[in-house]
Formats: sequence, structure tokens, C-alpha cells
Amino acid sequence: MSTNPEPTDFDPPYLHPDYRSTVLRAPGRAPVQLPDEWFHRLSGPVFGRVRIGPTDHDLTVQHAGEPIGERMIVTGRVLDSDGRPVPDTLVEVWQANAAGRYVDPGDDHPAPLDPNFTGAGRCLTDSEGRYRFLTVKPGAYPWRNHPNAWRPAHIHFSLFGPELSSRLVTQMYFPGDPLMAHDPILRSIADPRGRERLVARFDLDTTEPEWALGYQWDIVLRGRNATPMEA
Amino acid sequence: MSLVPTPSQTVGPFFGFALPFADDQSAVAADSPGAVRIEGQLVDGAGAPVPDGLLEAWQGDQFARSGTDPEGMFHFVVRKPAAGPDGEAPHLHVTVFARGLLRHLTTRLYFPDEAEANAADPVLQLVDADRRPTLVARDDGGVLRWDVHLQGDGETVFFAV
Repeated sequence: MSTNPEPTDFDPPYLHPDYRSTVLRAPGRAPVQLPDEWFHRLSGPVFGRVRIGPTDHDLTVQHAGEPIGERMIVTGRVLDSDGRPVPDTLVEVWQANAAGRYVDPGDDHPAPLDPNFTGAGRCLTDSEGRYRFLTVKPGAYPWRNHPNAWRPAHIHFSLFGPELSSRLVTQMYFPGDPLMAHDPILRSIADPRGRERLVARFDLDTTEPEWALGYQWDIVLRGRNATPMEA
Repeated sequence: MSLVPTPSQTVGPFFGFALPFADDQSAVAADSPGAVRIEGQLVDGAGAPVPDGLLEAWQGDQFARSGTDPEGMFHFVVRKPAAGPDGEAPHLHVTVFARGLLRHLTTRLYFPDEAEANAADPVLQLVDADRRPTLVARDDGGVLRWDVHLQGDGETVFFAV
């Protein structure tokens, strides 16, 4: 076990040349730091216009038939930096199908599309900050970042939380995936403890017998629900 | 107890089938009182358009989301906000996501018809004077034009929040 104290964040740098697309897109100048009191005053997100349909949390029932793939429950809690649950916040997910192909027209990987799978979902966290999706396990897929480059299987997550600074877009990975060791996007997070935070935990108690494997993944958003400090 | 936040990862290139929603670019109807249209281009450090970006505009009860098109163009329709507390000029918070951005960026859009309020804005005052224009839209015949430069000459000011 490492005895290093936990850092205050595990976020990757903007510039990580192993991930080629960062080279022309990472800002060259340091961000302007806003004083802490501004941080708390920023208005909270307002995603009420994003409609959530009755099947948005179940990616396996959005078409006439069932998608091909390993049926899977992905669930967990959304917490703030104080460990308090973040209720009623929007969680959006998107992913490739079991063959590693996205519905997105920009994806030209020659793997089959699944007419019964889109790969997009939405839900709100419950009063205890819990979210839950039913889906199929996404496949790995090649990309052109470097020779023989493959992304490990992952699900994209987008979360809002209580304030502007709690906005998070990230990716969830699967335990034991050998591609994680070779992925420059995951490895942009220098600290292995940070990378581990993006790996879901297989959970037999979440697994439903004769039905679907269960994975648990908790998410911690920046910021606090607590009343801001008064000046 | 203080928990370390879950780290960020890029939005990637393939979110266009998932994150857009109905009327996402319009926080208010275009013909509603006070509505303004904001258009801009997202460009990289080589000056090339970013065709796989996503921007969000936030203020008060307003939220809008716009993907970029093949020319890197995005647009929002919002109600121009009122001045904020403590001398803040009217502004929008804008978050920027794209393939190649391992973390999103946060910036602010100010309005060109608020020169006096902008000059007194406490956040703009934290920014070097020569970079402040990157945060102020310009009036382009009734439409507000505001480009976002991720890197290089005219790089937009981004904030750590």
C-alpha cells in the first residue's frame, strides 16, 4: 500500500501528447483562477429541459428486439466531496455496442451495428444519490491514435451535480481489461489511484441470477452541497 | 471527510447520438422578449475548426447545449441575463467539451453593449487587459458573434473553477 497522502484531485492534464488529439486542443495558457467565494456562488445546473423517457435507463428495451451482448446492470452512488449523496441529478451515458461499434455516423470501425441497440441512456439519481442502468457490455474498438491502438471497453458518463464546478464528463472502465494498460486516455491520469477510480467493481450482490451481471461504480463530484461559508 | 473527485476523461468524438436533446440550443424561444442569438466557431491551435465539440451555456434558470457542425460552428439562443451580484456584468457561463480535451474548459461570455459594466466586472478585472476581448461577443448585425480559440493566438481565457 502506498503511504502517499491522497492528492486533492486526480484530473489529467490538458496536454498529454500520447493522446494525440490533445496537442492542438489543449490550451497553452494557465486558466485564470477565480477566488473561492466565486466558486461557491456559481449558479447550479438547470437541466430540466432534458426530457427523460420511460426507457431511457434501460438500453436493452429501446428497440423492437433485444440487443446482442452480455446483459449488464451498472449502478452506483453519486456523492459530493463531503461524501453526501447528490440526489435528483442528471446522469447521461453513451457507449459502443457489444461489437465495439458506435451508432454515431462518424464511427467507421468495420464491426456490425446492432439494430436493437442505440447505446444512449439517461436517468436522475434517487434520494440517496443512486443511479442504475441496464445495458449490454460494450466492446473494445480500434482507433487511430497510434499503431494498433485499441480503446478498452468503457461507458461514457456525463453528470451535473449541484453547481457549475461539479460538472463532470468521464468514462467508466471494466475490471481486468488488459487494454487499460495501453490506453493513453486512461493513462493521462498519472496516479494509479486515480485510474482505479474509473474502474467499476464487479458485484455478485448486484448481479441478478439468470439475468444480468452487476457492476458498482460510485462517482464523486467536485464541490459541496453544504451551505457555503459566509464571509 | 473530504473525498477526492472522480477524475475527468474526454467526451470523445462519438457523443452526437446521445447528448443532444430537443431544442437543446435554445434556452428560450427565439421570438421571446430579450432573446439573443449567439453564434461562434470553435477552433484549435492550428486555426482549424473543431467539428466534434460540445458547448454548454448556463445562467440562472437557463441552460443550452450545442454541438459543433463540420465547420466548428455552434449557436445558442438565450435571454440576455441581468447584471449579477457584487457588480458582475451580465454574462453566461460556458463549458467546452471535445475530443482531445481530457477535461472540459470553463469560460464566460460577456455582452458588447455593456462596456461600462464590463469595465467594472470583478472577474474581467482578474484577466490581463489584452486578453479580455476574448470573453466579449461582438455585435454582427443583430446576432452576437463569439469564437472560442482553444490554443494559440487569441486563445480564449479559461477559468479554473
